Formats: sequence, structure tokens, C-alpha cells
Amino acid sequence: MAFDNLSDRLQMSLRRVTGKGRLTEKDIEEMMREVRLSLLEADVNFKVVKQFTKKVKEQAMGEKILKGLNPGQQVVKIVHEELKQVMGDKAEPLTFKDSGLTSFMMVGLQGAGKTTTAGKLANLLRKKEVKKPLLVALDIYRPAAVEQLVTIGEQLSIDVFEKGIDEQPVDILKQAIEYAKENGHDLIVCDTAGRLHINEELMGELKAIKAILNPDEILLTIDAMTGQDAISVATSFDEQLGITGAILTKLDGDTRGGAALSLREVTNIPIKYMGLGEKLDQIEVFHPERMASRILGMGDVLTLVDKVTENIDENDMMSMMEKMMSGSFNYDDFIKQMKWIKRMGSLGGLMKLIPGMNKMTKNMDIDDKQLVHVEAMIQSMTKKERKNPKLIEQSSSRRRRIAQGSGKKVSDVNRLIGSLEQQTKMMKQMSKMDPNKIDPNNPMGSLPTSGQQKQKKGKGKNKNRFRF
Amino acid sequence: MCYNVNDFFEERSDVMGIFSKIFQSKEKRKNAQKYKIGMEKTRTSVLGNLQALLISSNKIDDDLFDELEEIFIMADIGVDTVIKIVDHLRNQVEINKISKPGDLTDMIVDEMFQLYVRDEIVSSNLDIQDGRLNVVLFVGVNGVGKTTTIGKVAHQYKERGKKVMMVAGDTFRAGAINQLRIWSERVGSLFFAKEAGSDPSSVMFDAIQYAKEHNVDVILCDTAGRLQNKTNLMKELEKIHRVIEREIEGAPHETLLVIDATTGQNGLSQAKIFHEVTKITGIVLTKLDGTAKGGIVLAIRDELNIPIKYIGLGEGLDDLEYFDIEEYIYGMFSDVIE
Repeated sequence: MAFDNLSDRLQMSLRRVTGKGRLTEKDIEEMMREVRLSLLEADVNFKVVKQFTKKVKEQAMGEKILKGLNPGQQVVKIVHEELKQVMGDKAEPLTFKDSGLTSFMMVGLQGAGKTTTAGKLANLLRKKEVKKPLLVALDIYRPAAVEQLVTIGEQLSIDVFEKGIDEQPVDILKQAIEYAKENGHDLIVCDTAGRLHINEELMGELKAIKAILNPDEILLTIDAMTGQDAISVATSFDEQLGITGAILTKLDGDTRGGAALSLREVTNIPIKYMGLGEKLDQIEVFHPERMASRILGMGDVLTLVDKVTENIDENDMMSMMEKMMSGSFNYDDFIKQMKWIKRMGSLGGLMKLIPGMNKMTKNMDIDDKQLVHVEAMIQSMTKKERKNPKLIEQSSSRRRRIAQGSGKKVSDVNRLIGSLEQQTKMMKQMSKMDPNKIDPNNPMGSLPTSGQQKQKKGKGKNKNRFRF
Repeated sequence: MCYNVNDFFEERSDVMGIFSKIFQSKEKRKNAQKYKIGMEKTRTSVLGNLQALLISSNKIDDDLFDELEEIFIMADIGVDTVIKIVDHLRNQVEINKISKPGDLTDMIVDEMFQLYVRDEIVSSNLDIQDGRLNVVLFVGVNGVGKTTTIGKVAHQYKERGKKVMMVAGDTFRAGAINQLRIWSERVGSLFFAKEAGSDPSSVMFDAIQYAKEHNVDVILCDTAGRLQNKTNLMKELEKIHRVIEREIEGAPHETLLVIDATTGQNGLSQAKIFHEVTKITGIVLTKLDGTAKGGIVLAIRDELNIPIKYIGLGEGLDDLEYFDIEEYIYGMFSDVIE
């Protein structure tokens, strides 16, 4: 996930404060310099950085903090609150017409990800809002752009309206609207050609499209890796078209995504969605407050909960928990668990959501392929072995056979056995925990400490165990 | 590479000022026009600020240096590199007892020039030789303009009478193969592709066999865009590189990392990781015709010693220029120098 480096930097600068009982003015100065540098490194617009550090400093310098019981935590809180404010207070929903044809228009620079995002959005809204979307291909300039949208439409089984590249976008659009009405579509998502915000001719074309479509949303697609220029791009598009929302793409990279921080503050454009991968279901609602937590390395428990509940049957989950608690957890359960994880998306992405895990994942090479290897090993076990893990533990010939069967090494099998053991142990400990004492911001902190592996666990999903 | 700061400063006093003289030549100015146009916004906004700042300042003090720092950061030059530039400037000011802010202009230009040139001869030419099959591999994150750049480079070598073939190595993204095919038709070059979803390494392998049989001079290999933190995709790229290496000794002769000029600090991470996986021989900086500053190239050169080969200035076949640091900086600073 993005912001890794930013959160590291902030955590580093804040750690100095966290350990102290009292803050001097010099402490705060030093900390603010770190905050400033790390935000600039994260591509946050320098004007935003200036305001940000100024506000945080003012608050931190106030009496309250210096006389407070735990000044470090208070500073973290101030920074967190301020981050939240900069990014907007809550998730902004898309606007739909109550009845009739809702229409969206995707705009942005070349290569920002408009076409892919158009497909993702149509797919998501079909599921979430029960819409019957129509994708409209208006990019007649980039070679094969129309074909790209058509292919995406085929993959999703969503209708795509296209007239090749020989007609003008405005004319194509008029026909598309007719087509949508005739065929009972209630949502049009228009893909437009990427263009520079300073290209007057092409911006004129967008204005003409807007005039005909009268869209409910004009969505600016913007690459999360964009540097300081993000603000001028957004401002310019907004001035000429009136942008109603932004979609931040490629957030699955290691970019720190500072553009997210600045966008709202400088242009007042809310970020509505974010793109998290090349697959067509990798799009999520942008939650400013969760993002703020993520920036500070506080994890994102809410998103995790959302993902779990969306993808896993509650009864299944409960029976699994019971099994774990009772200590009769076996390889059948293990593989089931892995399938859940798969359904919820990438392992690496999921781990970042867990408080405390963010930093640990940094040096771990998390590779979703590992799941495949584990699956292969478990499938090389006999049914008996899967039900009764002890059989494998006790017999080296069984281990050898499993290794051969799955094309792995015996040491890999041993590691898998270790994983299962650790997880069982871990669940037993968790079952002894008092739920009321679990700190929602830091569930890891409430685990009893025994054994060095302990801190690496999270949520009973035992994710780091798949490290081979 | 070995880089001694003290040596640098001793030699620099000779270099100082010479650089602005270079720009007196009219021909240079003419060549720089295209850069100027491309970087218009950079000059007027960011570096216009620089000039305004230098004129309005009465003395050289910490505030001035802080503001300089900010201006460079706004140009997307990497934070570490900016700190380095500013530290050098501070030193220089102290050593040479400079007190007038206006005198800083030459120093700043020279500083950036030295930062890029590093007392080396930096060539923007690709290593394309007669009498062999030359392989150029294009890599980069999604949406930077790899395919478009291949079209432009193919055009350039086609014009020079080379037999050029494009290889559709992006078998993943919808429409990518056809996008390249259309470019090859525009340019009039050969085109090699397998069906969508094929293993890109096998595409490369077959393309090389075909190229050998048909006496192709240059093959330009497209690859799927990939974010540098995706382990599996980077492994796939490693494999592509390995297959090419195995089939032709010394190939790929150039591995070009394509970077979008709007990219901020992440450009450094891209360069670092792609360089680890497939030794990058040069950078292509695209979309410099927008308002983006592209300053990250200086940081990449500074930290990784990778030269910039080309810049992309538009969507036409001819909108590709060899990177020339003098023209690049001239484009940035011409207001200040004149």
C-alpha cells in the first residue's frame, strides 16, 4: 500500500517524542522539520506542507500538550487529525439521478488510467448500486484505445458503445445516449482521450462532450505517483470543466501518494475512489480518515473488517474460530483460511491493513505465489494427514513424500508445519484475551507476549507464516 | 562511481561562468527552442520564481536558501539531491565570499550542469551498431508511454535506413498489441506479435529467431507496464531480460526505462528497482510538453548515475528529442541567464 515511507518517516520523527515525558520547543521544531521533509518526499504540495506543519506546530506548542500526561501521543493525534482534515473529513459518495439515466465522464492526462478505471467503476456500480451500465468509447486518438475498452467490456460482460475512430466524439456520444435509452441502461460511463490540461483544442472537445452529456459526475483520474504538478493539473481541469471528484490510481505501488493529501486542500476536489491494481475489481472507496491512519502506520482495521464481512460467511467464520480456540485446527482449515484470504485480495495488501503489521511487512517479501505453494503442499497430503497434523510431524517419510509431491523442499514442508503450530498456539492465547481490553487502534498491543514471533501475528490470520 | 566532493569544488571554480558563455552561441539557442516550448511552464512558474527571488533578496541568508530549496522541490528534483545542491551552494557562497543574490544565478546553473555531467562525457546516442542485431528493451510502470516511445524511436531509425522491427511484449493489457501494431503501420516498420496472454519471454524468443532469419537491424521490445513493487511482475521482466541475453551475446544493448515527467519522487524508486532487475542503460523522459517539471531526472542521474537518452515532447512521430543537458538547463534557466 502507499504511504509506507511517509508513515515510516513520521513514525521515526514521532518516536523521539513518544519516548519523552515532556516536550521542549526544540523537540517540536526538530520533529516538524522531519514531518516537513517526509511530506515533501511524499510529493505533497509544498504549500500544503507549509500550512500543515504550521498548524501542527501551533497546536503542539499550546499549553495543553506541554502540560499533558503523554505529550507524544497527543502530537500523534494532532498530526493524525490534521492529516484527516487535509484529505477531507469523510468519504464522498458519487451522485446518481433518482431515476433515469445517470452519466459519468472520465477525464485526465495520458496514462493516468482512465480506460481501466472506467471499466472498474462500471463493474463496481453494477454490483453495488445495481446499475445497468454502458461504457462509451470516446478516445479516438490513442491507437487501440477503443479496442482496449471493448476488451475490458467483454471481460466484464458490460455493454460498450463504440463507433471506431472515424466519427467525432460528440457525434458518437449522441448516438450512445440514444442507444442507452433504447436498451434500458441507467448509467453511462464515458471514457475520453487523455490530454494535457494546457491543450486548448482538446479541452474544448471535453467541454463540448460535457455540454451534450450533462454528466452527474466529471471524474478526474489522477496517477498517485504524480509529483508537485498534480495541483496544477487538477486546478486546470477543474477550472475548465468543473471536476466533481477525483479517482486516485496506481495506489498499489510504493508511491507515497502525497497527491492525495494536497488535492483536496488546494483544489477542494474530493477523492472518491482509488485504484489498487490492474485487475478489474481492484477499486475501493477512498476513505480519508482511514488513509490518515494508514499514513501514520496506525493500520486500517475498518477496511479489513469491510473486506472480511464482504467476502466471508459469518457462520463459516465462527466455526473456524471455534476450531482454532479448541486447538483442533488442521490443514483442511488452513487451506480454507487461505482461500478466504485469496478472495479478499492480495496478501500483501491485506497485511498492511493490520495495525502494527505495516512496518513488519517492509522487509518481508510477500508474494501471493506463496499461497499457491502452500496449497500445493497441502494438496499433496493424504486426507488423513490433513485432518491429523500430528501424522506429518512424526514421520519424516511423510514429509519427504509431501515435498516431492508438491515440488517443494522438505524444509518448506517443515516451515508449513511450523506455521500451523504457531497459529494454533496463537489462537489459544487469543482465546484467553479479554475482548474488552483490546485497543481498537492497536489490537497487537493487547496480546500476551511470549516467544519472539508473537508480535508478528495479527487477527488470527497468521499471515507472516507463509514466508518461504 | 567515485565522486570526491573536494575535487569537485576545486575544478568547479574554473567551470563557473563558462557555462553561461556556452549559451551565448546562437545555434545553441535555436536548438533549445523546442525544450523551451516544452518546459515553458517550468520556466515561467518555478524558475520565474527563482529570478524573482534572487532579484528581490537583499542578501544571501538562510531564508533565501530555504526558498531555493522549495523552488527546486517544486520542480520535482529529489529531496536529497536538492539538499545536496543547496549545501554545495552554501559552501560556495562562503568560500567565494559572495554576498549579492544576483551572483548566485551562474552558480546555480553550473551546479545543476555539473550534477548531471559529473566530469564525464555523457552520450545520448543509443548503442546501435551496424552488422549485428541490436536489441532495445523498453520498461517502465503503467501509463508512462512506452508504446508511443517505441513508435517514435522506430521512426527515427527507420529514417536512417535501418530495418526496424517492433516486438509486442505487452501481452497483458487489453489492446496493447494492437496499439503497437498501429504504430508499426504508421512508421512502416516490421511488427512481431503472438496472441494476447502469451508468455512475454516466449514472444521475445520467437521475435529474435525471426529477426535473425530476416536480417533485422534493430528490434524494439515493448513490455507490459508494471509497478516496481510487484515481485512477480519484476521476476517476469528479469526472465525476459535473461532470455534476450541468452539468445544474443551482449543484448539487450539498451534497456530504456520510460518515466513520465509528471512523476514525482517515486521516479527514483522506479529507477532504483528497475535498475536492480534489468540493468537500465538510459532513461526516456516522456510528456515533457505538459506543465510537469521532470526534475526527477536530475535526482536519478545524481543518485544512480543513469543518463537520460531521450525526451518525449508530444504525440507525433517526430516529437522525440535526444536529451541534451545544456539545452535542458537552458530551457529551465534561460530567463535568468539572459
